[in-house]
Amino acid sequence: MTTTLEAPTRTGTPPAAVERIGVGQAVRNSLTMAYRGVLKIKHNPEQLFDVTLQPILFTVMFTYIFGGAISGDVQSYLPVIIPGILVQTVIVTSIVTGTQLREDMDKGVFDRFKSLPIARIAPLAGALTADMVRYGIATVLTFVMGYLMGYRPGGGFLGVVGAGLLVIGCSFAVSWIFALMGVLMSKASAVQGVSMLILFPLTFMSSAFVPVDTMPGWMQAFVNVNPISHLVNAARDLANYGTVGSHFVWSIVGAVAIVAIFAPLTVRMYMRKA
Amino acid sequence: MNFSAITPAVEADGLVKMFGGQRAVDGVSLTVPTGSVYGVLGPNGAGKTTTIRMLATLLRPDGGSARIFGHDVMSEPTAVRSLVGVTGQYASVDEDLTATENLVIFSRLLGLSRAAAKRKAAELLEEFALTEAANKPLKNFSGGMRRRLDLAASLIAAPPLLFLDEPTTGLDPRTRAQMWVTIRRLVREGSTVLLTTQYLDEADQLADRIAVIDRGRVIADGTADELKASVGTSSLQLTLVDRARIGDAQQVLAQYLDVEVTVSPEAARLTAPLTDPSVTPEILIRLRDDGIGVDELTVSKPSLDEVFLTITGHVAEDDAERNVA
Repeated sequence: MTTTLEAPTRTGTPPAAVERIGVGQAVRNSLTMAYRGVLKIKHNPEQLFDVTLQPILFTVMFTYIFGGAISGDVQSYLPVIIPGILVQTVIVTSIVTGTQLREDMDKGVFDRFKSLPIARIAPLAGALTADMVRYGIATVLTFVMGYLMGYRPGGGFLGVVGAGLLVIGCSFAVSWIFALMGVLMSKASAVQGVSMLILFPLTFMSSAFVPVDTMPGWMQAFVNVNPISHLVNAARDLANYGTVGSHFVWSIVGAVAIVAIFAPLTVRMYMRKA
Repeated sequence: MNFSAITPAVEADGLVKMFGGQRAVDGVSLTVPTGSVYGVLGPNGAGKTTTIRMLATLLRPDGGSARIFGHDVMSEPTAVRSLVGVTGQYASVDEDLTATENLVIFSRLLGLSRAAAKRKAAELLEEFALTEAANKPLKNFSGGMRRRLDLAASLIAAPPLLFLDEPTTGLDPRTRAQMWVTIRRLVREGSTVLLTTQYLDEADQLADRIAVIDRGRVIADGTADELKASVGTSSLQLTLVDRARIGDAQQVLAQYLDVEVTVSPEAARLTAPLTDPSVTPEILIRLRDDGIGVDELTVSKPSLDEVFLTITGHVAEDDAERNVA
């Protein structure tokens, strides 16, 4: 062979490769994946049954059941229950994020996402971000139901919007916990079951439905540190008075902490299961 | 041409993958020269898909190493992903979305602007004859359409290396032929292709070099001609009327063909590679003279089964059968 000097043509130099993915690209990838999630909702609107029916049903039911007993009448119970039921409904909705992620990950398309030179977090972050649409729908419906029943929030429109955004943001954070379960567990129904088991006591043993001082001391101790209570109280401050206080700060701190712990953990597990 | 000076598209060295104590891939080594089509041939469960998944960074190898254009699959996964396109055996496209939406999302993920992504999607749909179905949800797509869309999605970034995992398995003959045309065009345009298949015929049609893989190991490697030469250009299969005469028939075959004859006594069947089919009549005459009754005789081109028989001495088995064994 004497053709060694002949310069290799197009096959000579190895093609250029992408070596690293920056934060900017991670954000863009995640937004594209969120767009995918929104398209999925658009094509399967029946997925939204739970977020439309649950706020309507729960708001009416709890208000009329507990109203008289707790606050004397329905009217004076509304400022207590509406922010409470808002938190409960939206947080419970975030479970669906975990179950849907589980179902989604079993599909072949996730193989392609994994084989693309994109940020590893994008398929997860995108799915979770798209679900904020669901939280938004649940939030709007809860406030609308409240308004129809006579709730006139003292915080005004901005206060209500602020409370809604706070709850949506915190639910996004919480959904990372369920996303982790979705990644770890092999069945969507298992994710659903365990998630309910965690959230049921957390949402009820909080300040969401009844005044805390009516509970026994040991439970009060838990309720007062329960992050759900902070979120409920922060939402009440915003919606009813248009103010932010320590509860607001605690809610934000909690949300950031959850994302900081669970997002990397979830991505790691997701990659390991790849 | 001095190939050693060029970084190969794929260099796999002793890849191992364990699945629950079983070695699904058991030390696979491959070198795919840049610009070639490399066929990996083997039955179901031989470890073809697992090997591709490791090379494409979808699975972490339990042993060995692999480099794609010189980039290590374990330490530089992002670099590898930017150089390869993968089209799986099961179409990895989004069932819930339309064909256009699928391609637009993959294009956006690969960094195309919104307008460029739309253009690219339209262009690929046109190229793969999917324009009419562009805005239909994939649920209504046929297997062939799905596979074409899947391949289209792998081509968005024009990756220099394409993994095609059984690109035609489960397709009807017409769609298979279309797929072959597409793959040939890609190769002409300069892509390096690593494809897996269960059909020798397909590897023969498309690949420059073929590796035969069985039970997680590469058992033979060469050009299609070399492989076929090793099994004879055709094979002769004889079924006898009387099972008891199988030993006599075996002697006759061995004498005329000068090769090793495979015997399946329970079926009273003999199989032998056949370099020169014109010798068949003589064998038949000799068998008649010896009074050995022939029930059925076939002369066929080498199939994967024969390649296996010749190379491994055992019949190609599916995964399911292996688990029972």
